[in-house]
Amino acid sequence: MNSQTLALPAAAPVRLPPRPGYWGMVGGRLRRDPVTVVFCLLMLAIVLAAVFAPLISPFDPYKESIIFRLKPFGYRGHPLGTDELGRDILARILYGGRSALLMGVGPVVFAGLVGGSLGVLAGYAGGWVGTLVMRTMDVFYAFPSVLLAVAISGAMGGGMLNGMIALALVFIPAVCRVAETATTQVRGLDFVEAARATGAGHLMIVRHHLLGNVLAPVLVYASSLVSVSILLASGLSFLGLGVRPPVPDWGLMLSTLRQAIYVQPWVCAVPGAAIFVTSMCFNLVSDGLRSAMDVRLR
Amino acid sequence: MTGAAPLAELDDLRVQFGAGPDAVQAVRGVSLHVMPGEVLCLLGESGSGKSVSMRALLRLLPPQARVTGGVQVEGQEVGRLSGRALRALRGGTAAMVFQEPMTALDPVYTVGQQIAESVQQHRGGTRAAARARALEVLDLVRVPDAARRLDAYPHELSGGLRQRVVIAMALACRPRLLLADEPTTALDATVQIQILVLLRGLQRELGMGMVLVTHDLGVAAEVSDRVAVMYAGQIVEQGPVRDVLRRPVHPYTRGLLASVVRADGVEAPGIPGSPPDLRRPPPGCAFAARCPAAVGACSAAVPAEQKVGPGRTARCVRVGESVAA
Amino acid sequence: MPDRGGPAQPMLIAAGLRKHFPIPGGGAVRAVDGVSFSVAKGETLGVVGESGCGKSTLARLLLHLVRPDAGELVFDGEAVGAPRGITLKELRRQAQMVFQDSASSLNPRMPARDSVAFGPRVLGRGPAQAAAEADEALRRVGLDPMQFGPRYPHELSGGQKQRVNIARALALQPRLVILDEAVSALDKSVEAQVLSLLARLKRELGLTYVFISHDLAVVRHVSDRVLVMYLGSVAESGPADDVFARPLHPYTRVLLASRLSMDPDRRVEQAPIVGDPPSPANPPSGCRFRTRCPHAEPVCADRVPSPGSWDGHQAACHMVHPGSGHSAAALAA
Repeated sequence: MNSQTLALPAAAPVRLPPRPGYWGMVGGRLRRDPVTVVFCLLMLAIVLAAVFAPLISPFDPYKESIIFRLKPFGYRGHPLGTDELGRDILARILYGGRSALLMGVGPVVFAGLVGGSLGVLAGYAGGWVGTLVMRTMDVFYAFPSVLLAVAISGAMGGGMLNGMIALALVFIPAVCRVAETATTQVRGLDFVEAARATGAGHLMIVRHHLLGNVLAPVLVYASSLVSVSILLASGLSFLGLGVRPPVPDWGLMLSTLRQAIYVQPWVCAVPGAAIFVTSMCFNLVSDGLRSAMDVRLR
Repeated sequence: MTGAAPLAELDDLRVQFGAGPDAVQAVRGVSLHVMPGEVLCLLGESGSGKSVSMRALLRLLPPQARVTGGVQVEGQEVGRLSGRALRALRGGTAAMVFQEPMTALDPVYTVGQQIAESVQQHRGGTRAAARARALEVLDLVRVPDAARRLDAYPHELSGGLRQRVVIAMALACRPRLLLADEPTTALDATVQIQILVLLRGLQRELGMGMVLVTHDLGVAAEVSDRVAVMYAGQIVEQGPVRDVLRRPVHPYTRGLLASVVRADGVEAPGIPGSPPDLRRPPPGCAFAARCPAAVGACSAAVPAEQKVGPGRTARCVRVGESVAA
Repeated sequence: MPDRGGPAQPMLIAAGLRKHFPIPGGGAVRAVDGVSFSVAKGETLGVVGESGCGKSTLARLLLHLVRPDAGELVFDGEAVGAPRGITLKELRRQAQMVFQDSASSLNPRMPARDSVAFGPRVLGRGPAQAAAEADEALRRVGLDPMQFGPRYPHELSGGQKQRVNIARALALQPRLVILDEAVSALDKSVEAQVLSLLARLKRELGLTYVFISHDLAVVRHVSDRVLVMYLGSVAESGPADDVFARPLHPYTRVLLASRLSMDPDRRVEQAPIVGDPPSPANPPSGCRFRTRCPHAEPVCADRVPSPGSWDGHQAACHMVHPGSGHSAAALAA
């Protein structure tokens, strides 16, 4: 048999243009998904609004007014009305986005790094190392996440940084579990065994074969946690544990405005809507990311 | 074919998955029929559309599949059946045996519960009667010590026993048409032959019509009366099993027969290349690119199905020559 | 790679390999239980058996991907893992493995070229050098590196993926290649192509193969010698022609009789054996095949039959060993 007959099909699929590599492929797929594109843009708008709040905000978010308290939408140039101290709601929503996004993304990034590494370690090493790590995580996992966040940030005293640490600690076990499951799964696959059969060391196998395959599920899971984190952070602020007044924060606004629910119900709903829309953005983008990152799909 | 009505029939079946330029044309105009008491084997390699064609008989395709063409079982147009009539068809008139016995059984119910449930669903009756029927069919498929196995969970059974249970479940409601999708592919050689002998015996004993999907020429030779060889979503050759295996007409069938690695050490050449991409099927004969006998006319248009003998058809423009040769 | 021991030195000797996997809650699966054989340089040893016979574990034991509980491996005259023997790293360079084509045989996140280049990278080659070696290996298996190198596994057909798997093994320039069900998942027309490719590579590169498969016809086709395994031990071994023409062990005979006829006029009317193999977690005493053997006698339950020596045609069956106490043994003598 010569190499001529072995050469591959004349009918092979049409030659593809220069290939973009994995991330290029993911990006291309994301761009072809209208829902994800729309919510990505919305997310971008929210981020930009928070970053450039000082430039676009019509009012100073701290400026109080005894006369114009709890006014409705559109009252005297306040497009979203005013709160119980007469501060402009729109300005506070714009500024409040900063703490919301920080509290949403910060703990997740931290938990992703720590939990992800621990999970890969536990999954790859297995044996007693794996058991030790995972049982420790289980201890944290046993508490309801809200209670745990409240307890930790309560113990450390309120404040934004402590709130973020509390949330990160809540997320670490969950991320760790996802990373461990993915690692264990990938570790048993033939191509990892084939890599071992080439005499590769552990570090090399983890770097070339494990991380890439574990990254996708962890990234997708973490991106879905952002919305949870925003909600929990709002909850903490609502309970007086996260951001402290008078700093603008969506959860805090919800907490203070709730007493005015019968006076200006629509105004009170604004911070809630902001939380809802932002967390939904992250959720839907996370969904889009998940399908785009699945290499097996076409 | 005598005047008897076919048990099941496909008429120019076309199945497409997805939409737009990337849609996969899995089945591209398949027409076939099965007579009562006859075993038809759909023979083909992965991606040939054999399994999809068979599933169309029970409307078991995923929702994104776009199906056109006629699908009839016992004279009923399957595409128009209501939910209730469809349920009566599935598992009642026609039953299916799957490839992987472990996933075809529900791990949380005992074997007896699963068979009895299907019996009660289709024929009603008491639980005791359904259980009695379950025992009966387990005996029928020669599960040793059937009374005890009735209360076993699927994981407690060996692979061969599990496949017998799957067959028992299919037979529980006395179907007139049995569909089997690679029923022995997941089994060991010594178990495979047991299951094939059993299937053949049961089919004869119960007078069922049977459609068997396989990639294995040996399986086709063991059980079928007629064979339909599929390639790239079309039937390229069809006829009585002896004729097709002994005097294949289509170059693909010949290539397939020549690919069988034989014990005598003669090198099997295989077929160079691989099947076409069914998102962009070629305008002509799908096999032309791999065919040693291809001529210009092959790529022009899909060859029509031609009669090449009693009960035999083939889709090849050079079929006249090859029969003569 | 130097041929250290000379042509007469077997490429690989396995002596008394054993691997039991403990079951949570007690007991163990006796996957491989005292398997010995040798592979001569340049030959193809076929290993055949049904699921649960331990052939896949055996493949992994040969590269120490699974650490044996007991037994010895000698690669070209050097004991594996022994103080003055061959190191694991060196063994895994000279002996490579090709896995069954499956969804998981290649890293889904790596283009074919990177998968093949991984081995040379492990050996310390620079990226460019490794890529060049990968391209060379891809060319050897009949894939155009320009066209197929950048493709991801899901963009390859089954046959192409298996060629990449073979290229990955070849990239390290091994002397021994262990093929674990390397063609089992392929369509028949593609299987024949890949078998031809393997035969050509063996000729061109002077390779030695251990070819593991459940498919008798394929094993018969490629092997010089065969090892028939049943429940973790060797039932029969010998030159392929001999074993297939004059099987000594009843299990080998059953396996041969279970083959499909390929002829509608000579169908198998009765299955040669009933039931499935017992679980390797709880194998029968004595001869492991006795529970399904038509010739079983009390002696078969009492004593484990000796597998005989390593060369020639041997069977681990009391019927072929004169003086074993089996009534048929006298006839054998």
